[in-house]
Amino acid sequence: MTTNLDLNSIALRLKEQYGQVVFAEPDYLEVTAGALPHIAGYLKNTPGLDFDFLDMVTAADYTDRFELIYRLVSIKNNTVIALKVKCGRDRAEIPSLAGLWKGAQNQEREIYDLFGISFTGHPDMRRIVLWEGYEGHPLRKDFKEKAYDAGN
Amino acid sequence: MEIERNPLTPASEIDLREGRGIESLRAASQHAIPDPEAWMNEEIKRNLLFTTVDGALNWARKSSLWPVTAFTACCTFEFIGASSPRFDIARFGMEVLRASPRQADLLVCAGTLSWKMAPQIKRLYEQMAEPKWVVAMGACAISGGIFHDSYAVVPGYNRLVPVDVYIPGCPPRPEALLAGFETLRKKIAKDSITRPRA
Ligand code: SF4
Repeated sequence: MTTNLDLNSIALRLKEQYGQVVFAEPDYLEVTAGALPHIAGYLKNTPGLDFDFLDMVTAADYTDRFELIYRLVSIKNNTVIALKVKCGRDRAEIPSLAGLWKGAQNQEREIYDLFGISFTGHPDMRRIVLWEGYEGHPLRKDFKEKAYDAGN
Repeated sequence: MEIERNPLTPASEIDLREGRGIESLRAASQHAIPDPEAWMNEEIKRNLLFTTVDGALNWARKSSLWPVTAFTACCTFEFIGASSPRFDIARFGMEVLRASPRQADLLVCAGTLSWKMAPQIKRLYEQMAEPKWVVAMGACAISGGIFHDSYAVVPGYNRLVPVDVYIPGCPPRPEALLAGFETLRKKIAKDSITRPRA
């Protein structure tokens, strides 16, 4: 009844389609920022793949770069894959996936709020957890909080 | 030197003195002390209570503490436990949780408060009519708890609103909550209308 797609075959299909922008790792696919919207759209809309559910979006700070992690679920094929995108720390910008999955909207806003990565093409790029005028992005490794450092 | 001795009062003299005392007491006690309530007829006797203005007001206030529905985090669930039948704050006239601050006189600060939510809580407090009281429930409400040094959390409700009673715990059990409310009721009972309000 359920077929499990395996990561290698997905990677091969993507490489055929998009070439050098896809890197297959043992347990995730890495793509370049520029190719992200196309590849995500392809994964979502291609019959046989049907990754129609975006489980979550999150980011990590590796001090020299950011990495965004997208967890995609194909309910039809009972398969979960992770997409990763590297992103420079100076002008952190990534194309938004809110057009493909509406659920990405709030999570991208949260990433914008806490990491300072802005998403191009997002319909409503504002802070979500902290308030307008707050200085800094707390989940960045170099974040310093005055109250925190004073120890009170 | 010779010691001067007073002669002993003879027994007959003592008896005479005692007799005079009894006679005068008896003469003065010919009638029963009048009942101070004698002027009241039955109807009045059964329907009048004497107290002070403070006593009556405080009794009414402490017996009808209506909490406003404004809860921010996990401590809330212990409050819900306290307000449901097992612990039953209805016994103390507190079960009327108001959805409007205009009708409430108790703010139970149950849980972590983020700075983003802080203006709303302050506003709710300001919308409540006097007299009003605030109970800080749990570590987070008292001092920010485990989040006290967070960039996003208010380190204690007392930065925003004047707190009357602190109930420690993470979260405090319903029994602790009931004890806290009892403390608040005692505090209210000692209040006076002549006390200037902030
Ligand atoms: S004191 Fe504990 S239970 Fe209460 S809000 Fe804070 S973390 Fe939650």
